Amino acid sequence: MIRQKIDKFFDETSIDAEFYSYRIVTEKTQRLEVRQNVLQPVTSDEDSGVMVTLRNRSGSGYAGTSVVTEKGLQDAVQRAGRWASISGQNPLIDYSSLELNSLQNDYKSRVDKTWDSTTLAEKIELLMAINHKLKCDDRIVDWSAGLTRVETEIFYANSAGANIEQNFTFLMPSIRVFANEGGETIRRSFVDRCHQGGLEVLAQTQFQDRANLLAAEAIQLLQSDNCPSTSCDLILAPDQMMLQIHESIGHPLELDRILGDERNYAGTSFVTLDMFGTYQYGSELLNVTFDPTVSGELASYAADDDGTKASREYLIKDGLLARPLGGQTSQHRADIDGVACTRASSWNRPPIDRMANINVEAGESTLEDLISSVENGVLMETNLSWSIDDSRNKFQFGCEKGQLIQDGKLTDLVKNPGYRGVSSNFWRNLKGVSDSSSSDTYGTPYCGKGEPNQIIRVGHGSPYCLFSDIEVFGGDK
Amino acid sequence: MSATAQTYFNELADYVTTQIKADERFTCWLSGESSDFVRINQSKIRQAGHIRQDVFSIDLIVGNKHAEASFRLSEDLETDRRQLIDTLQSLRATNEILPEDPHLLIAEEVNSSEQVRSANLATASDATDAILSLSKGLDLVGIFAQGELYRAFANSFGQRNWYSSSNFNFDWSVYSHGDKAVKCSYAGVDWNEATLAAKVDDAKKLLPLLNQEPKIIQPGKYRAYLAPAAVNELMSLLCWSGFSRKAQETKQSPLYRLMTGEESLSEKISIRENIAAGIAPNFGHQGFIKSPTVSLVQNGQFAEALCSARTAKEYGGEHHGANGSESPDALELVAGQLDQTKILEELDTGLYISNLWYLNYSDRMACRMTGMTRFASLWVENGEVQAPLSVMRFDESMYRALGENLIDLTNEQEIMLDPGTYFERSSGSSKVPGALIKDMNFAL
Repeated sequence: MIRQKIDKFFDETSIDAEFYSYRIVTEKTQRLEVRQNVLQPVTSDEDSGVMVTLRNRSGSGYAGTSVVTEKGLQDAVQRAGRWASISGQNPLIDYSSLELNSLQNDYKSRVDKTWDSTTLAEKIELLMAINHKLKCDDRIVDWSAGLTRVETEIFYANSAGANIEQNFTFLMPSIRVFANEGGETIRRSFVDRCHQGGLEVLAQTQFQDRANLLAAEAIQLLQSDNCPSTSCDLILAPDQMMLQIHESIGHPLELDRILGDERNYAGTSFVTLDMFGTYQYGSELLNVTFDPTVSGELASYAADDDGTKASREYLIKDGLLARPLGGQTSQHRADIDGVACTRASSWNRPPIDRMANINVEAGESTLEDLISSVENGVLMETNLSWSIDDSRNKFQFGCEKGQLIQDGKLTDLVKNPGYRGVSSNFWRNLKGVSDSSSSDTYGTPYCGKGEPNQIIRVGHGSPYCLFSDIEVFGGDK
Repeated sequence: MSATAQTYFNELADYVTTQIKADERFTCWLSGESSDFVRINQSKIRQAGHIRQDVFSIDLIVGNKHAEASFRLSEDLETDRRQLIDTLQSLRATNEILPEDPHLLIAEEVNSSEQVRSANLATASDATDAILSLSKGLDLVGIFAQGELYRAFANSFGQRNWYSSSNFNFDWSVYSHGDKAVKCSYAGVDWNEATLAAKVDDAKKLLPLLNQEPKIIQPGKYRAYLAPAAVNELMSLLCWSGFSRKAQETKQSPLYRLMTGEESLSEKISIRENIAAGIAPNFGHQGFIKSPTVSLVQNGQFAEALCSARTAKEYGGEHHGANGSESPDALELVAGQLDQTKILEELDTGLYISNLWYLNYSDRMACRMTGMTRFASLWVENGEVQAPLSVMRFDESMYRALGENLIDLTNEQEIMLDPGTYFERSSGSSKVPGALIKDMNFAL
């Protein structure tokens, strides 16, 4: 509906600019959550608006509006033009030699089982059943299960002839359970299994079968010792690897960080332009791809928000740093090849360099091989806490569940497991990567960055990974 | 603009009143802004533009059943009325399926209000010119945001609340080299180029110091002064469920052991939610009026937790009209006795930490936080600044840092307007002093 209105406006309006583009975003969201066996307020949202960008010589300006009337669109064009004129007086970027995209393409998430294939009552019943399983012990003090469904349509067109329509369907299931005894409370959760697709994602991720185990583990961890403070081997499960990849590979490789755009907020990077093609980021076992082509992964797409066609590329190959996460504009600024990753959180934010699906490629060892190779170590699962410096180097992460490994065998559970390290040498300590049989894909809708601030959906696939000589620790008491 | 948007909102609310059935009630909410954003890197414009958005939400209530939907206003009355009719029909269909909500609490007492915070702003283009002119020859990076924010509430009992605020927020840093920079901010309702010029000059004066060889310290315990911006980061993380009644009741709050008496903070620590001194609206999404002040921690002891209407219905007791996450909108850490002007002398030898960054809990129940130093953090010896500090990671329980190891807080507080712009420009603020701490643990 608003697409027709906006297309007609741009068909019939003479735009005073050397280049213009418009990006229409409509997004429908429904959230369901049952907490402590009580349905929480059911909410739905329908977001819609358009971002107009105009360029004249070296100046670029944008205007985003939810007021999709002729007057609202005229106002947006005028404001974008005014900002293009102002920014042209003192521009950071020379757009005059930037290649214009004229891609015509479309994309649609694969959905096998639609949201409406079960009734609202059935979905609530499912969440209620999970809640009943979670409350299995008096020490369980809080518990919840939820489903969020998002349908997003993004249409991008520009004065060079680009015409790209992409339709996404996202499913974001969640389970959280908390166990308490005295002053100690333990969390177990299932929250980062966000995917593109329909309700078939629930079966694919064993959503309905998770509750008993999560609740039981929360109780077991409550009775466990804290993770010891020592240096040892560390195996990270895919649901912690996603965070490790995100913070210490994804963010430092963002080209706009390297070019300094984010220095006031999200930070800079220990990676510099001269390191691409020469820097040994990790051991030879480390292979990392930017891959927007994986069916069902959260950030798959055909083209980015600048209209650049997306393709799979190696960021790190056999441990060697290959290319940055930089979209067309950043590639132009830095004169270096990148990937199609110029993305915006919605119509109300301008696109910037973002992660999409950043995956560690599977290796050749089985998980059992990795465990049996460890004399003294810890296996950690499920991210709980994350913190890293503004150059994306010194990090400290916490997990929900730890399990000791002694003489090649998994032994006792340990609570409050954490580890710290430095990105620039952490990945060189990678000494084992499990095969595809134990790899898994995860996704989160909460990657924050940019001024003005934006959160965006990213996907991360990973096998289990074994690192040597890592500083691990536990809770205070 | 305000008056127009207010009139439009009230017209829509009145229209909803005519469309609901006898057994139905409603609340509705508007969150809107008209903002300019200018992003700067290397003292040049990286991205510049304008955002106009109006999010209208409606909660339709029948008995204790209810569902909420939101959409963007088109500013075309007929279009928006049609959207409202469609939304009401959809909500009615949903409500037929839903069970009753045992924790629903409705604001039945009518408390209408109007808060209009006017401002004396330069045009965004003039302000941008001033910024770029003053930063010539510097490596300045940051964001200038300016414009009008508004929030409104209405319900079927006839309550109408309106809040609008025009302001600017320039959040920026001036870089020396690498990761060495002076972090600054200039925000408010009264733009004054001379004030900005003075702030830029202050930043310039620090640059030669940042050019010096940085001091690298080894992990260990250090005496440290945390400037107000750094203390504000500690408080911001504490706001993540630390003061929430629901988090206390479900034993997830990082201050749970403070509430039970198992732990305490220094008697110098008093924290309150001070809506009366902030810039946020004094009404919330459900129409309840927020308590002007709520004492959260008093002289190191737990005082009260922030409570939303929903939590009060679930666990009993009174609520404060707090937001759904029960996090403060205008937190105040009460000042101490430390003379702000003698801070280097008081620090003697240790770390002067201007900013902290990327905090998280390393052991939530022990209120143990980790995070990084950032920007112009300095090494001080015998009351004299010696060198910039290479970034360090702290890992420390607040029961120690703001407990037995707190020497004192400064006698002056700094008011900080939240520059956050996730989804929309924030109306949050805080008021905190600096803190002098002994034996602060640095881990990496």
